[in-house]
Amino acid sequence: MKEAKFKVYRGDDKSGEEIAYTVPVEEGMVVLDAMHHIQRNACSDLAVRWNCKAAKCGSCSAEVNGKPKLMCKSRLDDYDLSQEITVRPMKSFPVIKDLVCDVSWNYEVNKKIVPFTPKEGTDWTMSQRDVERSQEFRKCIECFACQNVCHVLRDHDLKPKFAGPRFFVRVAGLEMHPLDVANRLEYIKDDMGIGFCNITKCCTEVCPEDIHITDNAIIPLKERVVDEYYEPVKMVLKGIFGKK
Amino acid sequence: MNILDRFETHEHDVIVIGAGGAGLRAAIEASAQGAKVALVCKSLLGKAHTVMAEGGIAAALANVDKDDNWQTHFTDTMFGGKYVNNNKMAELHAKEAPERVHELEHWGAVFDRTQEGKIIQRAFGGHKYKRLSHVGDRTGLEMIRTLQDKGVHMGIDVYMECTVTKLLKDEGRISGAFGYWRETGKFVIFKAKSVVLATGGVCKIFKINSNSWEYTADGQALAYEAGAEIIDSEFIQFHPTGMIWPPGVIGILVTEAVRGEGGILTNSKGERFMEKYDPKLMELSTRDVVARAIYTENREGRGSKHGGAYLDISHKGAEYVKKKLPSMYHQFKDLADVDITAGPMEVGPTGHYSMGGVRVEAETAMSCVPGLFACGEVAGGMHGANRLGGNSLSDLVVFGRRAGLAAAEFAKKNPPAKIDEKEIQGAEKEMTTYFENTGDNPYTVHMELQELMQANVGIFRLEEDIQKAISGLNKIKEKAKNLRIEGSRMYNPGWHMANDLQNMIMYAEAIAKCASMRKESRGAHSRLDFPNPNPEDATWNSLVKKGPNGEMIVEKIPTMQMPSDLMGVLKNDQERVSKYSNLLNSSVGA
Repeated sequence: MKEAKFKVYRGDDKSGEEIAYTVPVEEGMVVLDAMHHIQRNACSDLAVRWNCKAAKCGSCSAEVNGKPKLMCKSRLDDYDLSQEITVRPMKSFPVIKDLVCDVSWNYEVNKKIVPFTPKEGTDWTMSQRDVERSQEFRKCIECFACQNVCHVLRDHDLKPKFAGPRFFVRVAGLEMHPLDVANRLEYIKDDMGIGFCNITKCCTEVCPEDIHITDNAIIPLKERVVDEYYEPVKMVLKGIFGKK
Repeated sequence: MNILDRFETHEHDVIVIGAGGAGLRAAIEASAQGAKVALVCKSLLGKAHTVMAEGGIAAALANVDKDDNWQTHFTDTMFGGKYVNNNKMAELHAKEAPERVHELEHWGAVFDRTQEGKIIQRAFGGHKYKRLSHVGDRTGLEMIRTLQDKGVHMGIDVYMECTVTKLLKDEGRISGAFGYWRETGKFVIFKAKSVVLATGGVCKIFKINSNSWEYTADGQALAYEAGAEIIDSEFIQFHPTGMIWPPGVIGILVTEAVRGEGGILTNSKGERFMEKYDPKLMELSTRDVVARAIYTENREGRGSKHGGAYLDISHKGAEYVKKKLPSMYHQFKDLADVDITAGPMEVGPTGHYSMGGVRVEAETAMSCVPGLFACGEVAGGMHGANRLGGNSLSDLVVFGRRAGLAAAEFAKKNPPAKIDEKEIQGAEKEMTTYFENTGDNPYTVHMELQELMQANVGIFRLEEDIQKAISGLNKIKEKAKNLRIEGSRMYNPGWHMANDLQNMIMYAEAIAKCASMRKESRGAHSRLDFPNPNPEDATWNSLVKKGPNGEMIVEKIPTMQMPSDLMGVLKNDQERVSKYSNLLNSSVGA
């Protein structure tokens, strides 16, 4: 039977090491299956976070050979099995144990976002074309791969000044809802720190839901912020009449 | 020192256990009523099994088919459930689902639209009209995100990755819950005036299933241990279309929306076999019928290459398929190298849903234990012997809201209850003894349970097999007393599995014993030795409760009497009354 060799991070935030495991390969197997095999046969306390194993919940994010992936979508036949496959926890968040990270910061960011605020007296008629813009962002399964790979968070650790791509996606979904009337621009500029993003598109590349994070969420939001705060005529008017 | 001082303790009016659609909706409602609410969930918020729901939420909005109304939805639900449903629940559900769907929209859910800009609805098995509001094939995700975002702004305290292992009681009424933090393994006590169970289903009991890891019968077992009654355990829905190839993905759900959008099922001879089993509804027959049809085609040697059936939607055109079924397109492309816009996919039955569960009062969702409520999949009755697709998401919000409302009212009317130190000591001991054991690995025993139940109490059942399962379960129970746990209590999935396994074993026993008691075929319960429905058996539901000596009591209780107005609604559909006459008791069949 074919075998795959893994090196899996075991430890916590302070110390840990990569431990080698060999796993028999079955057709169609994914990295998450291999982790489960290890739990069943080698160490039952290997910590892995997962729920659906169908790429719908975004729980099993990890770094497979250094790339942020959903383990349930990472098929072994996409890897060179003559080489060891490394599985490590996401780097941008503190490790709780083995492959499980503390992602609670994301939930704190989410709480602060101004919720959906519908237009008063609407009859809730919306065209399919109009809802589709918002729907793209609502596909997000919160795997936090974009947060993990974003260099503003990963290398510069600008939490909490910078909210990260996941939350630009979330805000874009609200801002582009045809019936939403809340103004979040100041929040996007000052609290979410959208200016820190220099559109390297790393987030878009890793999104398992193929959301065009940079082009469709971040850039339009940046444009709205620029229009509101840096557009010359508006700036002059603001200087004269004060902030509106 | 008071023993309780050793534990982290939180006090709330209402605690909701489980944060899927039902739990979130219950927490939102209880909070809106002014109660101090805690939401305790086994996973991170937003990851519950509801995210996997695909096809849509059923509600008679009549946006697409103008003739639709609650009466037809009620009738569809009762016939789908083969007449043993709690008819009051089915009535409330049909009446209130439209309001709940509009409410989701008002809270920010973005459903697909009709030409006129209204919420669109698609066809689904067993529904007479196009009734399922949806967002492509990711309706559950839309729903959970909407409720999650609504909930976080209401001041609900969310305790994530926290597993409840025991419900606490004070002289008969509920007083709180005991559990552990997954991260640290430390124990925690929640004091509460009322508790809402919204923990979902049970299908991790079966080897081939579409469920997430959380679906281990937790709420059913917690309620059973606390003295609540469980009904209809024998009714387990095997969804007809799960993935069957490659082996790594067996069981993953293929949404019924594929058939709703016009997908065609064929066997190895290219025959559209549903013609034989339900010539009128064809692929859109109810799930129990389609699952049995696929199984039968295989038994008679006409299965697909890997033991299922072919399901083809490619005739609708690539653009349409990618737009209406985007997750299915990616799921097959990424996991099975199959392009569903170019050819058929292979599908077969997968353990999907538990119609049975905690017996509750329809209006309040309260169990027979004062202060203990249940809603969503963990509750029984609403769906009878077989659930219609789309009726689950609507069930979550209709009865989630009702449970939250009633739990908040109960909390207002009742003083705080006392925590019993002995119960806490017992609950702690139950969880810590694993580390002193020397027996089997919990994962191995879980696999043994899954094999046993799949083989003997699966889609087709025989008395002899069921008895095999019952005696096999006795052996598994013994092993489960001595599960060996490695490592520490910190984020230890082996330890978590050991506890979950006890819950699954309890419910597996209930399934097997009730399956043995029901000597007929009805809905999802198919007996090879009793292949036909018996109208006399439409008069009772199975009930399971814990006896005074810890034994499982299994008995029959009369089905709920149907009031004359609802009877009138059913009889309006003479065509179906005569079609199903062999399933119904004489009061309707006549």
